[in-house]
Amino acid sequence: MEPGKSLKLPKNRPKYLNLLRIKQPAPAMVSLLHRLTGALLFFPGIPAFLCGLEMALSSPEKYARLQAILTSPLAKVGLLLSLWFFVHHFCAGIRFVALDLHYGIELEQARLTSKVVLVAGVIITVLIGVLIW
Amino acid sequence: MVKRTVRLTTGANYGLRDWLGQRVTAVVMAVFILCLAGGLLVAPPQGYAGWKAVFANQWMRIAAFLFLVSLFWHAWIGVRNILMDYVHATGVRLTLQILVILSLLFYIVWSAEILWRA
Repeated sequence: MEPGKSLKLPKNRPKYLNLLRIKQPAPAMVSLLHRLTGALLFFPGIPAFLCGLEMALSSPEKYARLQAILTSPLAKVGLLLSLWFFVHHFCAGIRFVALDLHYGIELEQARLTSKVVLVAGVIITVLIGVLIW
Repeated sequence: MVKRTVRLTTGANYGLRDWLGQRVTAVVMAVFILCLAGGLLVAPPQGYAGWKAVFANQWMRIAAFLFLVSLFWHAWIGVRNILMDYVHATGVRLTLQILVILSLLFYIVWSAEILWRA
């Protein structure tokens, strides 16, 4: 902008500082969920996973106990939710690496791929869920 | 010829290394997960003996361990970024970062124990 010239903006612009009132575009949702799922995969994700791996490999008794825990309906719901966290983080991660390599950096493409990531996360989770139920 | 010494005066200068490390570990994990998923689809292990046999293979143990170390490294960079962004009190942030590092070091030892004990 040239010096001395001021940009004319309407005075009554809405100012939403409340994050819950701001409607985030799809790329922002993907980014936010990537961070949130990353944090949850770190904790309780990693210790829970190592616990499960230890039970599955240490003895037939512990394997049976793990199986009993994982087949309860509540655990299955938790497992499916964890699976979605992981699948979303995985898909969004592939998108971010692609962006780093300058694939899909145009606005339209970036919006499209972020919607693809959001939908793919749910679809892949449901597919794996059906497979392992 | 005059040798020029470049002195970096700004930043901590670990940004690029960490950024790259996070992506390299991500690719390592993705390759392992896709290979493992393919293998499990082709020949699903049956029961305790089946899973035991999968991890009895020394190469599988090494690959799984490399996967887990990549995971912990990746998690450290990600969690540190989150802590740097949201926890502004230096003392609290430092304490949390130390706890994260200690837990990840503990997980490395635990992973090796799980994979090689049996």
